[in-house]
Parts: sequence; C-alpha cells; structure tokens
Amino acid sequence: MVKFGDKIARLGVIGALAAGLGAAQPALAQGTIKVGVLHSLSGTMAISETTLKDTILMMVDDVNRKGGLLGKKVEAVVVDPASNWPLFAEKARELLAKEKVAAVFGCWTSVSRKSVLPVFEELNGLLFYPVQYEGEESSRNVFYTGAAPNQQAIPAVEYLMSKDGGEVKRWVLAGTDYVYPRTTNKILEAFLKAKGVKPEDIMINYTPFGHSDWQTIVADIKKFASAGKKTAVVSTINGDANVPFYKELANAGIKATDIPVVAFSVGEEELAGIDTRNLVGHLAAWNYFQSVKNADNSAFIKQWQSFIKNPKRVTNDPMEAHYIGFKMWTQAVQQAGSVEVDAVRQAMYGQKVAAPSGFVAAMNTNHHLSKPVMIGEIRGDGQFDIVWQTKGAIKADAWSPFIPESSKLVADWSYPWVCGNCTAPKFKSLAN
Amino acid sequence: MIVMFRFLACLWFLLAAPAFADPLADLIPKLGRGGFADKAEVAAELGALGDGRAIAALRALADGKLVTRADGSVAIAEPAGEGVKLAHPLTGADLGTSAADTVERIRINNRLRAAIAAALGALQIFSPNPEERLAAAREAAKAPTPELALALDKALAAETVPAVRAALRSAQAAVQLSVGTIEQRIRAVEALSAATDPQVRNLLRQVAQAAEAPAELRAAAETALRSIERRLQLAGLAEILFQGVSLGSVLLLAAIGLAITFGVMGVINMAHGEMIMIGAYTAFVVQEIFRAYLPPDAVDLYLPAAVPAAFLAAALVGIALERGVIRFLYGRALETLLATWGISLMLQQAVRSVFGAPNKEVANPAWMTGGFEPVGGFFVAYNRLAIVVFCFLVLGAIALILRRTAFGLHVRAVTQNRDMAKAMGIPVARIDALTFGLGSGIAGMAGVALSQIGNVSPNLGQIYIVDSFMVVVFGGVGSLLGTLAGAMTLGVINKLLEPVAGAVLGKIVVLAAIIVFIQRRPRGLFAPRGRAAEG
Repeated sequence: MVKFGDKIARLGVIGALAAGLGAAQPALAQGTIKVGVLHSLSGTMAISETTLKDTILMMVDDVNRKGGLLGKKVEAVVVDPASNWPLFAEKARELLAKEKVAAVFGCWTSVSRKSVLPVFEELNGLLFYPVQYEGEESSRNVFYTGAAPNQQAIPAVEYLMSKDGGEVKRWVLAGTDYVYPRTTNKILEAFLKAKGVKPEDIMINYTPFGHSDWQTIVADIKKFASAGKKTAVVSTINGDANVPFYKELANAGIKATDIPVVAFSVGEEELAGIDTRNLVGHLAAWNYFQSVKNADNSAFIKQWQSFIKNPKRVTNDPMEAHYIGFKMWTQAVQQAGSVEVDAVRQAMYGQKVAAPSGFVAAMNTNHHLSKPVMIGEIRGDGQFDIVWQTKGAIKADAWSPFIPESSKLVADWSYPWVCGNCTAPKFKSLAN
Repeated sequence: MIVMFRFLACLWFLLAAPAFADPLADLIPKLGRGGFADKAEVAAELGALGDGRAIAALRALADGKLVTRADGSVAIAEPAGEGVKLAHPLTGADLGTSAADTVERIRINNRLRAAIAAALGALQIFSPNPEERLAAAREAAKAPTPELALALDKALAAETVPAVRAALRSAQAAVQLSVGTIEQRIRAVEALSAATDPQVRNLLRQVAQAAEAPAELRAAAETALRSIERRLQLAGLAEILFQGVSLGSVLLLAAIGLAITFGVMGVINMAHGEMIMIGAYTAFVVQEIFRAYLPPDAVDLYLPAAVPAAFLAAALVGIALERGVIRFLYGRALETLLATWGISLMLQQAVRSVFGAPNKEVANPAWMTGGFEPVGGFFVAYNRLAIVVFCFLVLGAIALILRRTAFGLHVRAVTQNRDMAKAMGIPVARIDALTFGLGSGIAGMAGVALSQIGNVSPNLGQIYIVDSFMVVVFGGVGSLLGTLAGAMTLGVINKLLEPVAGAVLGKIVVLAAIIVFIQRRPRGLFAPRGRAAEG
C-alpha cells in the first residue's frame, strides 16, 4: 500500500513536470516533508488559482534552496480539484489520508473551503486559506491568511465616506450571487445603516457567476447615481464577470470622479486582462499592492518574476497571503521541531512575518492575521496608487460585530476559550 | 498635445512679458507638496486665477506626468527610453533628461482629480478647441456657481459651434437658477425644461423643493420637472430596447455558427464555444503582433485584421475536428456529444498551457471606446453598436453564401437528402468538412466581437455554449431566420425582465419560459424543412 502510494506520488510529480507545472523535486519519501497544494488548475477558477499554486511552488523551491526544513527536503504535492466543489473534498482527503501531507495550501472560493472543512476537521489536517473572505468562521484546522471584512470591506467604505474619499452618501452593493458577497453585503448594509445611511440610499444587486451582459446593471447604477447625491459602487463581483463589468463601465463613460467603484476581488492579476486606461481612479481595497515600495516587496517581486521566468508577471494580495502563510508555517515547524499538526498549530500563535506589504503580519489565536489595510486607485498601467492606508496592522475579527447573531461569538483557540464560535470559555470553571 | 503646446507657447509670449510677482509661479510648486486635500485647494486656486498657462501643469498632473525632482521643484515628465524627459511646468522649457528613479511622480486621488477637472473647466472655457470648450461647459453645468455667470455670458457671445452653444446655454441657465431676479429664474427654468438630462432634473427638483423660493417659481419648476420626467422615461424605454437588441446580437453572433453545424448538419458540437474562444485568442495574438511591429497609430487597425484571421484559425480547427473525429460519428448523436465535449476540454487546457490561465487583455480600439447620448438618459456605447452592425453583416453574408453560391446549393442539397446529393455527384465528404469549417469560422469571428465586451480566457466558450444552443433550439433547428428571431426575442425579453426581476431570477424565468415553449412547439419558432427534420 505504501509502495502504491509512492508510485502515485511519483506519477503525480511526473505529471506535474510533464505539464510544465514547475519545479517539484522527485524525492525519496523518507527524507521529505510533503505539503499539499489544493488549487484549481482547470475550470473557471483556474484563472486565479493557478498563480497561487505557482506561488507555493516558488516558496517550496526557496526553502529547499536554503537547506530544507528540519534537515529534510520539502516536497509539494500538487492536485487539481478542477473548480469542482465536491472534488475539492475528495482531493483534500487524498492529500491528508494517502499523501500524509504536513499542511495544505489551497482553496479560493468560500464554497470550496466549506466543502473541504469537514475533511480537515475529521482528519485533523492544516489548511492555509489565502483569500479575503466573508468571515463568520474560525476552524481549529484552518489558518485564514486573507482579509476578514473588518480588514477590507469596512475600511474601504469608511474611506469613501471620508472627505478624501469623496463623502459618498448613496451606495450600490453589487455582487456575485453566492455566500461571500451575500455575507459581506449583509455586514456592509448593517454598517451603513448604523452610520445613518437611509435604506432608500442603498441599492443591492446580485448577478450569477460569469455574468456577461452588464448593460442593464450599469444603466441602473447610472440612474441610481443621478439622484444628486454622491454615489459609489461597492463591488463583490467575483471571477470572470469582472472583465465585462469593467469594460461596460468604461464604455458607458462612468468616470471614477463621478461614480467610484471599489472592488474587493479585483487586484493586479485581474487587471492584467483589462485595458485600464479608461478605469483610472476606480478603487480596490487589499492588504497588499504590488506598488508598495520597500525592500521586502522588491525582493518578493523579483523572486516571483525570476521563478515564473516572466518579467511582466504581477504579484497580488492572495499571493502575499500565501507568502506569509508559508513562511509562518515553516517558522512554526522549526519552533515545534516537528511537522505534527497539533504541535505546529500551537507554535503558529503569535508567529510574525515581515510581509511584502511593509508591515509585520502576526497570527492571532482566532486563526486570523493582523495585517494593514490599503486602498488603491487603478492607474493606467494596471497597477494601483495607494491613496490611503492604516497606520498599523489591524487584527481580523472572525465574527462581525455588525451581524446581531455573530456579535456575541468569540473565536479564541488559546486557554481558557479553546473555541472558534463560543459565547463563553470552554474551560471557564477550571480557570478560576 | 502638440497643438496645445503651441497654443501655450503663444500664450506665454503674450503673457510673460510683464514678469513681476507671478502668483502662478508660486502656486505650481505647491502641487508637489502636502496631502490630497492641500493639492486640491491649489488646483482650485489655479482655476480661479484664470491664467491659461496653468493648463499644461494641471493636465500633466491629471495624467500622472507631473513629478517632483530631488530639489523639490516640479516638472512635467515624458517617458524617454530608460529615463524621463523633463520640461518646465509653465514655460515648457526643456530641463533635460534624468533617470526615472530620481523623480517622484505626484500621486492623485479621485477628489484631486475632480478638483483638477473643475479647474481645467474654468480655464478651458475659452480654449480654441471646441471639444475642450464642450467639456468645460459640461463641467460648469455640473457645479453651477454664481462666479461662473460672467464667464459663461462672454463665452456664449463668442461661441459658434451649436453643440457647445447648447451646453453653454444650459450651464448658464443652471447658474441663473440660483441667482438673478424671479423673472430671470423663471426664464431659466423654462429654458431648462427642454433639456432631457438627469442632472437638470436634479437642479429643478432642488428649486421645486426649496422652501424659500416664490410659489410661481416652484410651480414653473414642477411643470418643467414633469415634462423632463416623461421624456426621461421614454428615453429609458428606448435604452432598454437597444440593450435588448445588443444582447440579442451577441447571442446571435455566438449562435450563428452553431445554427450551421447543429442546425444544418445536425452535429451536436459541444466544442462550439471553444471555436469562439479560439477566435478571441486570435484577436489577442493579432493585437500583440500589431503592437510589436507596427507604429502606435496603426495598432487600432488590429481589429479588422483579426476578423479574417480568426475566421481562418477557427475554420481550420473546425475542419480538422470534422475530418479527425466527427465524420466517424455521423448519425450517432450521443457519441458525437461526448466526443466533442471531450475535445472542448482538451482545447481549453491546450489554450491554458500555451497562453496561461489568467485573462488576456484585448483592448477596445479608440474608435470603439465610449459612446454617445442621442437624448439624455439613453446611452449608446460604440462597441455595442459596432457589434450589432457586425452581427447583421455576418448574417447577411451567410445568407448570401447559402442562397447564392454553388457551395451553398451543395450544402442545402446535402442537408435535404444526403444520398440523392451523393448520387448527383456532389462530393459529400468535402461539403461536410467545408460546412463544418464555415460554422466554426463564423464562431471564430464571433470570438473577435465578444473579446470587445468580455473576457478572453480559456473558459470564454463555456459562457456562451448553453446560450447558443438555447437560441438555436428556440429559433428552430435548421433555420437562419429562426436563429435571428430567437436571438432577438431572447435578448429583448431578458432586458425587459432584468430591471423587474433581477439578473438571477430573470435568467431563470427565461429558461422556464423556453422549456414551456419547446413543450408546445418542439420545432421552435420557425419549423425546419428537409429530411433531417422528419428523421
């Protein structure tokens, strides 16, 4: 059985090499530490996730070049869940049960994360999830290295409300119809109402995945904005639908100075597919932009472009999240002296990494990061100008205080709470 | 640009002579200091000065070309090779070249951008370029302040271009709404009531709701509002219809190729979407070639060149597909479906391996960017209009090929009775391959058109495959006219439903309606002729 698994692994590696996927090393099972890469390499999400797979391969390559981890080589086991949510769970099980990987780096959409979650909890695996998401979750087996709503959505809206942001009074919340936009918009709606925005000044609109005809919605936005109050669009539109949306915006002559659009799922990688000359000034909120100027970021960009052998490739926020996650994991493994999941998990708390964003990212006991928040405006060359950023790193809220049901919940995996969604500590009686 | 510099140079000679304390020279360096708010104030002051020499600096600031140098002074930078070529912000004098990292680009945000636009508007109202004057007049109508009144009067007296005159007059009326005597204000209201513009409506609404305004003024505003609202409603309806036709023509383009391969030949081609994708990628490749080898002015011509290229590329793939796989599967619908489905996945992955997974950027040529408003509230985008026209040209061309050429005659003969056609000496196998190539090639041309409004990604085809089958089945298999009617009906119904039901529910309603319709009329809108229909 071991031999068979070994064969499969080698086949996998050969397959990866044959497909030109990169630099996975053929290695002996004994002297290696395996990490799983669970990103879609085909299907609708391949567009975004392939880059993240390459990011992890780059990090593995880097660790091996520096002598490996605990004296062993690190080996990436790449699988392709093909943008198919149930297949994510199957592949996760394969990685954990058969490949016995020490940690998995993967998933993009929330629905894929929800699909693999039971597998990771059952087999006690470790998942590093690198994408901004809706929050309202804290699993013992997942480290969330992307932004929670209070690290992206709320600061972006606050910026637009400020004088520098244009004192927006009227809001369009446009999103793709699935769990991330719906939850985020629920939080934003509650937040806006708490700030005194009237219900008639909020327009909420959902579109299916891959929506390609934006004429009506863009015309509606124009109409909604023509009521005389400063209007902004908060976009949680995800994936393929963004390109036709932005093309329609540009052709409808909507300028950022008239109706700014702030997006939470559009970064450098997505803009690479759009001619941005007519989109100058529209915004995005992230924890990292490629245009950040510091030594760590220059090194990160250089490392990426030389690894991928293309000096034009861009970096983006989820890549930076993977960078932070992988570094933290290697640090935690070294600290624990083992790749054993329980030991590594304990060592993760408080782990710090000097991130390319120029700030120190730290892992909290709610399994989320403290990261800075940045607002960028799109430039003509597809990059962002940072127009606002937080003074320091912001700690992620796993549970939003703006949703009544979740405002009382606490996520804290340290003693005495040891819980991801509790109203009282698990070990309250013993603590006294 | 050059014209503007010449204009500036003239201005410079006219104005620079008495060079005493120059407030402009003091203000310009301030653009490089402080936060966005400070810079926005400086921009506003520059606008208020009314000195045309500030235009170049403001323009450069808006375009991200204004930089601060190491000594804190401000310059206009043009990229030149590795470094940048610097020019004085006021005089335009050459300040030499320097390395790109020795200067710091002055960053701007939307607030500052708006302040710059307003300042430029104030400065450009007397510009020799009518387009700039038009922009300035529109900017003035957006923010009508009493200070503008005098400048507008003067500009209006000198203006000869009708479009600019109209814009100036409505800007003037917008200003007079808030200043002047009651008679003047009522006259302004009456002048504005002829406009069809949401912005004017907002201005009038403010007057109608203002408590301190006299009753007769408010009544006049109410009347004007009602007529504007009525016209806006009509314009909105026209816009929905145009959107429907536009969506219909997108559907039609995606479906015409399928109407031939599926409709005429009866092949269920699941790889049809990938032919569209191949066309879109061909457009990308042609664009890249144009960008690499041709001068920048000619790059916009890549689109006309991409159309035949995409036709050829997709047609060749289609012919290879027919000769290699499909011809062995004629008459076995299920196997064809599975085989072409597999091929579609292979083509997707092949494109992903060659071009990479991320989207590719296919830019709209300048002549297809933006749009125009025939009346306020009814916006027509050029790229949409171009696609509607292109779609009908393609449809017409196919109708001609099928009706008026020997090849078309052969195609129809093979469709109607394969064995008889063979007996008459028609090379059936060749006709099959060519027909399939024609259908695929048309899908390729559709890909070029679709690259102008959407993604160019390996998944592009999957977005359109379901819609294409829907159009062909709904319109009636085997009928080009049916495909046209089906596409337009679906497009317009979709757009009529969308504002009421939302995009998600609208799509579901349309699907449900089609299912019911197909139950009642299994052969679609236009019943097909020929043997395939009976068999």
